[in-house]
Amino acid sequence: MKAFIYQRADTTAHAAAAAIKPGAKIIAGGTNLLDLMKLQVETPSALVDINRLPLDKIEETPDGGLRVGALVRNSDLAADPRVRQRYGVLSRALLAGASAQLRNKATTGGNLLQRTRCYYFYDVTKPCNKRNPGSGCAALAGFNRIHAILGTSDQCIATHPSDMAVAMRALDAKVETVNGGGEARVIPIAEFHRLPGKTPDIETSLKSGEIITAVTLPPPPPGVHVYRKVRDRASYAFALVSVAAIVDSTRGRIRSARLALGGLAQKPWRAPQAEEKLADAAANTASFTAAANAVLEGARGFGGNDFKIPLTRRTLHSVLAETTRT
Amino acid sequence: MNENESFQIEMSRRTVIETGTTALLLTGLPQAALAAGAVDADPPPPSTTVELQINGHPHSLTLDPRTTLLDALREHLALTGSKKGCDHGQCGACTVLIQGRRINSCLTLAVMHDGQSITTIEGLADSENLHPMQAAFVEHDGFQCGYCTSGQICSAVGMLAESRNGMPSYVTEDLTQPAAELTDVEIRERMSGNICRCAAYPNIVAAIKQAAGMPT
Repeated sequence: MKAFIYQRADTTAHAAAAAIKPGAKIIAGGTNLLDLMKLQVETPSALVDINRLPLDKIEETPDGGLRVGALVRNSDLAADPRVRQRYGVLSRALLAGASAQLRNKATTGGNLLQRTRCYYFYDVTKPCNKRNPGSGCAALAGFNRIHAILGTSDQCIATHPSDMAVAMRALDAKVETVNGGGEARVIPIAEFHRLPGKTPDIETSLKSGEIITAVTLPPPPPGVHVYRKVRDRASYAFALVSVAAIVDSTRGRIRSARLALGGLAQKPWRAPQAEEKLADAAANTASFTAAANAVLEGARGFGGNDFKIPLTRRTLHSVLAETTRT
Repeated sequence: MNENESFQIEMSRRTVIETGTTALLLTGLPQAALAAGAVDADPPPPSTTVELQINGHPHSLTLDPRTTLLDALREHLALTGSKKGCDHGQCGACTVLIQGRRINSCLTLAVMHDGQSITTIEGLADSENLHPMQAAFVEHDGFQCGYCTSGQICSAVGMLAESRNGMPSYVTEDLTQPAAELTDVEIRERMSGNICRCAAYPNIVAAIKQAAGMPT
C-alpha cells in the first residue's frame, strides 16, 4: 500500500473540500477501496474518512418514498422493515451481494462507487484502459467469461459488479450529492453510471470533490418484486447475470413491468424497449421472448462470455414466469 | 544438543510468535513494511494515535495509518487469534466483532475505529470458561486444521446476534416476517463469508445450532 495522509471529516462540507484536492479519496466502508489499495490499483495520496458524518439515517420522504443516507450500511438497508415491506427487490439484491461481514461494513454510497472485478483491472502488470488510460484492454482477447455483452466499447468490456445498484435502477432511484462549494445536486441513477466509450476510466457523472449524501427511492411501483442472481456458486459470488424485476400482472395479463439487469454492462442495464413489449401484454412465452429479444438487442459476446446471451434469455423467461404466476 | 536448541524446545509456538512481535515492537523498524504489504520505497507517512477498546481493555497505539485492524491486532498487540488468510476479504479468517457486529478486520484501517470496542476470539471466553460457541465447536469437531476457526466462531457469534435482531438473508422466504427461523440452509447462507478449506461445514453447522439452543 502506498503512503497516504489520513484525515477524518467532521462535516460534509469539510469532506467535500478535502476530497477535491488531487489524489484525495473518500473512504467509507473501505471494503473495495482498501482491497484495491493493497494491490496498488488505487494509490490515493490522502484518505478522507467520512464514517463519522451524520449520513446514516433512513427517512420517509413526503411523497411516500425513502431517503437513504450514503453511510447506511448494506445490511441495515436490507433489514429495514420499510425496505422489506415496500422495496423487496432492493432488500433481496442487497442480501444477494457479498458476505454478511462485508454487508455490515459496506455503505450505500460506496456500493454505487465500487469498481469492476475485471481480472485485468486488478492486475497492475496487465494493460487496462480503465486503470491506465491508453494502455489497451487485455480482456478483449483474454479470459472474458465474466465480462460485458451490452454497452461495450473497443476500449473496455468490464461490468459493474453491484447488485444493489441494479435494484435501484429498476426503482428509478435518485443520487443526492454535495460539492466542495456546498452546492447540492440530484442525479437520476440512469445518468449516474457511464458506459465505457473512449473513457472507461470515467465511471460516473460525479465531479471532482462531489460526495454522495443520500439515495432517494420514489414510492414503490405496484407489482411483484424479484431479484434473481445467477452465479458460479450459491452464495458469496458476483453475478454472471442478474435480473431485478417489478411486474404488475393479473390473471395472465401484464399491466406493467420494470426490468433492470446486472452482470451484463458497465452500468445497471435498464431495458425500456422490453418493458414496452410487456406492457398490457399476455403473460406467455411469446411476449417473454419478445422482451428478451429487446433486452439483448445489440448484445455481443467476446468468446468466453458468449454464454451470457442465452443465459440472460433463460433467466428473463424464468423471472417473468415467476412474477406472473398469479 | 546446544543451548540454543534446548531454549527453542521449551518455548511454545505462541511464545515464539509473541516474543517475535515484542522484539519487533521494540525495534520499531519493520512496522512500515508490515503495514505497506507491497514494497514501497517512499518514506512512511506520519504516525497516528488510535485508542481502541479491545476485549474490554483500552489500548493506545501509535500506528502508520496504513495499518489494517488485523495487523494492529496481530503485529502490535500480539493478539494472533484473528488469522490472516487471504487479506482481501474473501475468506473470513480475520472476522472480529466491532460494537458487536462482525466484519473482516483485514479490510479496514485501525485508525478508522478510534474509540470503538472490538471483540476478538481472545475476548469471548469468560476467564477459564469457554464461550458457548467455542465449547460447541470443540464438542462437534467443527474444524480440522483450525486456521479458519477463530473467524468462524466470531462470525457465528455475530450471526446469531443478527438473527435475534431479525436480520433476513438471501434464502429467507418471506421478507415481510419479522424474523426467519434458523434452518440449516439459513445458517449456511449466513456463514458463507467464512471459508473452511478442510470442509468442516456439517460440523460447523451442528456447533452453531447447539450454541443457538437448537436441536442438533
